[in-house]
Amino acid sequence: MREITFAEALREAIRQSMEKDERVFVIGEDIGVYGGAFGVTAGLIEKFGSGRIVDTPISEAAIAGACIGAALAGQRPIGEMQFMDFVTIAMEQLVLQAAKIRFMFGGKATVPMVMRLPGGSGTGAAAQHSGSVESWFVNVPGLKVVVPSNPYDAKGLLLSAIEDDNPVIFIENKLLYKTKGDVPEDMYRIPLGQAKVVREGRHLTVIATSVMVNRAMEAAEKLKEEGIELEIVDPRTLRPLDSDTITKSVKKTGKALIVHEAVKTGGFGGEILSTIVESDAFDYLEAPVRRLGGLDIPIPYNRNLEYHAVPQVESIVVEARKLARGEY
Amino acid sequence: MTPKSTFSRKSALEEFGRDSSLSYLRKMLEIRAFELKAEELFSMGKVHGTMHLSIGQEASAVGANAALRKGDYLLNSHRGHGHCLAWGSGVEGMMAEFMGKETGYCRGRGGSMHIANVETNNLGANGIVGGSLPIVVGVGLSIKQRKTDQVVMVVFGDGAVNTGAASESFNMATIWKLPIVYLCENNQYAMSMPVQHAFAIEDLSTRALGYGMSSTTVDGNDLMQVYSAVKEAAERARRGDGPTFVESQTYRWRGHSKSDKQAYRTRDEVKEWMGKDPIPKFAKHIGLSDRELEEMRADVQNTIDASVAYAESSPEPRVEDIMDGVYA
Repeated sequence: MREITFAEALREAIRQSMEKDERVFVIGEDIGVYGGAFGVTAGLIEKFGSGRIVDTPISEAAIAGACIGAALAGQRPIGEMQFMDFVTIAMEQLVLQAAKIRFMFGGKATVPMVMRLPGGSGTGAAAQHSGSVESWFVNVPGLKVVVPSNPYDAKGLLLSAIEDDNPVIFIENKLLYKTKGDVPEDMYRIPLGQAKVVREGRHLTVIATSVMVNRAMEAAEKLKEEGIELEIVDPRTLRPLDSDTITKSVKKTGKALIVHEAVKTGGFGGEILSTIVESDAFDYLEAPVRRLGGLDIPIPYNRNLEYHAVPQVESIVVEARKLARGEY
Repeated sequence: MTPKSTFSRKSALEEFGRDSSLSYLRKMLEIRAFELKAEELFSMGKVHGTMHLSIGQEASAVGANAALRKGDYLLNSHRGHGHCLAWGSGVEGMMAEFMGKETGYCRGRGGSMHIANVETNNLGANGIVGGSLPIVVGVGLSIKQRKTDQVVMVVFGDGAVNTGAASESFNMATIWKLPIVYLCENNQYAMSMPVQHAFAIEDLSTRALGYGMSSTTVDGNDLMQVYSAVKEAAERARRGDGPTFVESQTYRWRGHSKSDKQAYRTRDEVKEWMGKDPIPKFAKHIGLSDRELEEMRADVQNTIDASVAYAESSPEPRVEDIMDGVYA
């Protein structure tokens, strides 16, 4: 099969959607001839023109609002925040408007839009350009939250998000943009709310999101040499959450480790943990459920400090080994 | 320099004919009666929450709406009963929504601050001051992309002009020449903050000049002035010449909301503005006698009373349906 990058997979989903449905358009900062800060929209303005690849001034609230208004008036917009962090400027629009309009209007309006957010650390961009704030959105009924971890999922999930009739927050980890994977050329969809067991194993379930899936996979290869077999579950969508796939895996292994990049305190890991212990998987637990998340600090600039601010392969190996061996 | 409209000097009878002129008068009476009844129901403890009454501002709502066409869009403010009724929404659905009933426009989920009637392109009132200003950009963009000759009118108060979102919206609308009518109803106070303290400019319409937007200031208690200014703005928008900022200077007779003791203004000031009541002014303008006006008022009152009976006899939303409308 053809191998392309995560960014190319996203671009292909956008291009195919725009070819198929003239209501789909993209709006954001520097997405035109510049191609987007991370190159996702490169070449699209040449193909579709400035009427559908809409370059904006630096106005995040109005980008979000433009998506909402266009969606209410029959279009299917894809918005881009240049960095996930900048969504703070657009929170009123996304949280108080996009998420609530349908409910407030008695279910008589739809807001079909996608807001793409490039997030995460590891690029040396320091504290204001490295955020992982997905849990803010998970706490808002009316929004869906998607966190792809590989090019195949990125394309299939984005196609589903664009065709969904709800506002969807689509989170792209910046370190994933250049990662490669097999991606079919056809318009396949991955349903929102469907987790995936990306690695089967019997000793311990690791529930990891976004770039942490890749790190957990690497950790699994290392631990395999010690005879420890990790099962890895990628939720892919945080809202709605496929809790069945998670609890089923935990029932099988009896142990669970949750890994995400976002700050651990108040992070989505707490929700996954609750999902496990509130379910019948509780009876199968042989050890406490553990969480690995970002430290309670803003992302530091210094390369080494930045590295140690969030879970890495080594920290996953250490934590998973302890759990698997009963050394917690 | 204060921009002034070159509005038509035609009388209402010349412009609309007698029947339509009477219907506009009737609509103002309907708004007045609806809000007086709303206030009464609140004081009787029959409704809860809060409400923002536009008593005294009726000419602005009816005049502006008279200048638009079927198929155009409306985005409304929190003080929006008047515009909603002027747009053609029925008193029964409005009253039922106000009383939180299943038969209300939003099935009792929205209430006074969030009444919408999406079927007629009334995209709803907004509880956030300035919250609709980013959204109107998207509605305008959608119209432009779909190449129709629709126009969108967004209604907001003087308070919204000072929000950051307003700046983003005014700029985007102007650079893209979007078909938007910005109707700023300057009722002299943002809650307790007088416009004289919140602005260093005299006419709020001058704010638009810095964005390169056409703008004008009119007497908001004069239906014909509001009508003419909005008509001119709508025509400019339909021609593809971009947005217009129409400042409609008016006054709310009541407090900001139900908890307002109005310590920030004098009784004399309120009395002075009550002397500028837009309803008898327009009645006189179209040559109606006091007796004819009172007959019409009594007739309208019957309609409002009937709407209360309808709302009171309507079913409450069922708790079983509490999750309805969160997602499409």
